[in-house]
Amino acid sequence: MTVDLAHYLTVSGLLFGVGISIALAKRNAIAVLMGIELMLNAVNLSFLSFSRFSGAFAIKDNPLDGHVFVVFVLTVAAAEAAVALALSVLIYRRRETVDLDRINLLRW
Amino acid sequence: MESLGIIVAFYLLSAIAVGGAIGVFLASDLIRALAFLVLSFVATAGLFLTLSGDFIAIAQILIYAGAIPVLIVFAVMLAPLAGRNNGNGLYLVPGLALGAAVAVTVAFVAVDVEWNELSGALLAERDFATTANAIGNALVGRYVLAFEIASVLLLAALIGAIVLVREDEAT
Repeated sequence: MTVDLAHYLTVSGLLFGVGISIALAKRNAIAVLMGIELMLNAVNLSFLSFSRFSGAFAIKDNPLDGHVFVVFVLTVAAAEAAVALALSVLIYRRRETVDLDRINLLRW
Repeated sequence: MESLGIIVAFYLLSAIAVGGAIGVFLASDLIRALAFLVLSFVATAGLFLTLSGDFIAIAQILIYAGAIPVLIVFAVMLAPLAGRNNGNGLYLVPGLALGAAVAVTVAFVAVDVEWNELSGALLAERDFATTANAIGNALVGRYVLAFEIASVLLLAALIGAIVLVREDEAT
């Protein structure tokens, strides 16, 4: 009994599925942001597991590319969280709500 | 990868990570949901450790389990009336269906495909003492352009967030 790539990818898929459910089903803008963070996190897990188990590359040929990708994903996630939370604070200040079902200014 | 400790750690941490994510969905209070989110992120950092990604695991704890929850707590506390409710919206059923479909599809593909993966002795050959050196070399070597663009992105996000929420004191 071993733990191999398929196990990690299954966990990653489960986390991504839960994240996409949260991002779509929740009414609160901040909860939606949490779902998006979960999805990014699941993608990081699959990056790292591919990097760890990859047999497609020679051993000396940039073995840590997946880790570098994860560093960039972390950077973008931090920037995205800051801007999204600033937007939600701004919307709350203007409309007194962060309820996404009631933020329908752009609806025809 | 064959040792018993890794296998136990994998199943335990996976259960905590997925359970924490489900807790984010089920919690009624947003602050409680945030606590479940942090639990899920810390467990995922443990999974990164079992993949011998030590630098990424520490960065994950610093950024995902440290910085982003602080930001979210600030945002929740700045919107006191509406901020706490973690209720479901109009798209509960489609959201759950799509999430289940994505999870089942990815799990099926992951199990079904014959991955060209390393195992056993070949995998042990790729064990790293530490990954920080190699990641640093790659960041300022092959990926230096992306590195610089990421720094510009962070600066733009910083200035943008400040400009967005700034009270206009002139009017």
